[in-house]
Amino acid sequence: MPVASSVAASARRAGAAGERAQTALSLGLVTSFLSVVVLLPMAALVWQSSAEGAHGFWAAVSAPQSVAALKLTLCASLAVAAINAVLGTLTAWVLERDDFPGKTVLNAIIDLPFALPTIVAGLTLLALYGPRSPIGVNLAFSRLSVVLALMFVTLPFVVRAVQPVLHALDREMEEAAACLGASRLAIFRHVTLPTVLPGILSGVALAFAKAVGEFGSLVIITGNVPYKTEVASVYVFGRIESGDPTGAAAVAVCLLVLSFAVLLSIGVVRRLATRHEYA
Amino acid sequence: MRRYAPRLIAILYLVGILVGPLAVVVWRTFEKGVGPAWSALSDPQTIHAFELTLIITAVAVPVNTVFGVVCALAVVRRSLPGKGLLNAFVDLPLALSPVVVGLALYLLYGRNGWLGTWLENHGIRVLFALPSMVMATIFVSLPFVAREVVPILREIGDEQEQAARTLGAGSWQTFWRITLPSIRWAVVYGVILTTARSLGEYGAVAVVSGRLQGKTETATLRVQERYESLDVAGAYAISIALAAVAVLVLVTMTLVKPKEGGR
Repeated sequence: MPVASSVAASARRAGAAGERAQTALSLGLVTSFLSVVVLLPMAALVWQSSAEGAHGFWAAVSAPQSVAALKLTLCASLAVAAINAVLGTLTAWVLERDDFPGKTVLNAIIDLPFALPTIVAGLTLLALYGPRSPIGVNLAFSRLSVVLALMFVTLPFVVRAVQPVLHALDREMEEAAACLGASRLAIFRHVTLPTVLPGILSGVALAFAKAVGEFGSLVIITGNVPYKTEVASVYVFGRIESGDPTGAAAVAVCLLVLSFAVLLSIGVVRRLATRHEYA
Repeated sequence: MRRYAPRLIAILYLVGILVGPLAVVVWRTFEKGVGPAWSALSDPQTIHAFELTLIITAVAVPVNTVFGVVCALAVVRRSLPGKGLLNAFVDLPLALSPVVVGLALYLLYGRNGWLGTWLENHGIRVLFALPSMVMATIFVSLPFVAREVVPILREIGDEQEQAARTLGAGSWQTFWRITLPSIRWAVVYGVILTTARSLGEYGAVAVVSGRLQGKTETATLRVQERYESLDVAGAYAISIALAAVAVLVLVTMTLVKPKEGGR
């Protein structure tokens, strides 16, 4: 092992100049691609949002219809994140610790919302919860339909973030707690939950981010009623269609900032989680 | 009874939100047999929409595969300044609204955009045409390959690569003979996810395509167009076809997964 690593080290020294050139090359490739595909469009977006100055930006964001859309987006996304935290964790627990016929199928279809086009998701929900509902539940064009669609598209995030942690969790700890007379709920609260909490948090954050930006699944089922079921993405789309790119860009920049904030906070949660692991 | 409560809640949750709605769509589509669904799918404009979706995917997936692998290698194997920021930008498409992506491209390549005016003067049409739709799709499906490959690259370490270098292999040879074989399943997995995302993209493409029927209408845009034209049967038929692809993706993913050793 030391021999191998010293040989490797000398090889590394010999190729250091070439290595540097390659680093520069790959960095150049990655950054120029990212610049063209991601940075340049984002810069154009931010530029356009301030085309009418800070005052214009603020006027666009604080327009009543825009405020209503942003408020609905935030409230619905928070609600859906909370629902996911509870039901997603429960589902992960059932899929990992329980056993019943048909479990493998249920486990496999959890990822379906990832793979299913969002517009299809919306149409699908409308088939069961729309005006032609076979069970007589019509949620179309109501605020509940917003929550329902967001629940559909964010379903996998918490489940898939918690499942591997539960799988890796040492069951002896839970069994020991059971031997000491702890109830199932007490075991979950004091033994299982602390371990899976980082997983839950990063899953919830991703679900929240996805919910804030969701568009396709909401278009059909919510009816896009201004002040009632119109979320921020749909509002931005409407502004583009009615030829107000500056207004669209201003609200879009708010969404962009929010997405970045969520991504950065996920990074923080991950770092905290790994520190906890090595402590 | 309390023992079964979690199981019951989980099943009700999944059936209510996922299985139930899908079952109703399948039932409604084939209520009157396969015939109507088939004739809806063989409508020339629908066929064109599927062709367009396939063309866009055929460009976006290879581009993002190459970028994803290069990006993952750069992030894991090289010491780069500003790695955190690079990571954040690669992940951005996961969290960002597709409408915002579409709007950004719309502003950049639109009539008064930074690049739009110049390209227009040189006779190149980007907005409301194939190039902008491809760019939107590349943007939204950007992170998948990189995100699958990065953890595997970290896991395998670079000792084998260094051994190959010591034995005189060039970096190109090392990549093809050593690195690529060990990350191939991660790449395949990432490619599947990228494909699924590209086929299903809706919001970003809806903004930049202009939704010109028979010209820039993709399969997902066609679903909405059929629904708004009150041809629900047609919308269901296309949806079922797209859902079938999604199920195929899931099955392939399940088949690929175990080969990575318990991942």
